[in-house]
Amino acid sequence: MARIVQEFTKGLWKEVPPFRFVLGLCPVLAVTSNVQSALGLGCGVIFVLLVSNTLISTFRKLIPPKIRVPVFIVVIASAVTIVELSMEAYFYTLFEVLGIWIPLIVVNCLILGRAEAFARKEPVHLAVADGLGMGLGFTISLCVLASIREIIGAGTWFGMRVMPEAYLGFELFQRPPGAFICLGLLLFFINFLSQKLEKPKAG
Amino acid sequence: MTDYLLMMVTAIFANNIILIRFLGLCPFVGVSSSQESALGMSAAALFVNVLASTISWNVYNYLLVPLELQYLRTVAFILVIASLVQLVEIVLQKIAPALYKSLGIYLPLITTNCMIFGVAVLNIQEEHTFIETVVYAFATAIGFSLALNVLAGIRERFALGRVPALMSGFPLALITAGIMALCFYGFMGLGQ
Repeated sequence: MARIVQEFTKGLWKEVPPFRFVLGLCPVLAVTSNVQSALGLGCGVIFVLLVSNTLISTFRKLIPPKIRVPVFIVVIASAVTIVELSMEAYFYTLFEVLGIWIPLIVVNCLILGRAEAFARKEPVHLAVADGLGMGLGFTISLCVLASIREIIGAGTWFGMRVMPEAYLGFELFQRPPGAFICLGLLLFFINFLSQKLEKPKAG
Repeated sequence: MTDYLLMMVTAIFANNIILIRFLGLCPFVGVSSSQESALGMSAAALFVNVLASTISWNVYNYLLVPLELQYLRTVAFILVIASLVQLVEIVLQKIAPALYKSLGIYLPLITTNCMIFGVAVLNIQEEHTFIETVVYAFATAIGFSLALNVLAGIRERFALGRVPALMSGFPLALITAGIMALCFYGFMGLGQ
């Protein structure tokens, strides 16, 4: 039980993607200009990660090591196709906004990374905990970055006005260059925070 | 001819695949710490990108469309790319073992390089003809190499200077990339 909790929570802070492992960066920058799309993509990633981790861990003893990567990729691609088709059917506006980024979940390094580093070695219940934790950590990170960019860039949050009417918004943060700079500063801040938090323990 | 030229300029500068469209970021921050590996990665990506786009365009238009299996696009494309990367890996291991070693984990990860897959999908979404597909794939890969090599050059200089420990590595690389993106953003007016 303790092990499940541990595998689940490591995704939330200790190994939170994409800040600790700089994996799966592309969507992190591309969909974070507002919180809605960040949350939408995050949910897609959680689903795919959960499906791929569960299936790969279930069949881990049957998959021949030599061709494991193609097998993983087919599993992931199928899960992504499910997300793609159901999003098109039920959340069409979100589907339109996310566009190419939904099929691109398939090449998110985070998902293949978890399959390779975790799910192919560990039993199912741990793989589920790991997938859920990592997916949740990823979604929260996306939302944090998106909140910063949306509030500073447009003065809104989830489409609602949070800054005073007179605030015009710092356009740069909504644009591609701002995404890089904002993520860079956030990574710096997280490094700073974890150093502050870990120092007392070390001393 | 002018159309193709315009398409190339747009894809390389105004819509740079990394800095403006955010495709292929993992190798961008991953292998940009030295120029040698940046060059190797660029060459591998150029080769794979053009081949993958060409093959997946044909697979889509001559296999999936006649059979009405368009929804299998994601699965089909990723399989094409995965087998291609395997091929490049085997060839590189044989011809240039030193380069193979320095690329390390990032060569197998070219399978999950969003650029390769993204360009293949973009070609279909934007309904490119066959020649346009080849030109577009080539141009995006050149844009990728340009951004990757410029960043690698800058990061090699940073290695000589004194950088605050908390900033070194990814944070600094990302902020540098941000400033580069700002420069590339200036080309926006050109393509439209």
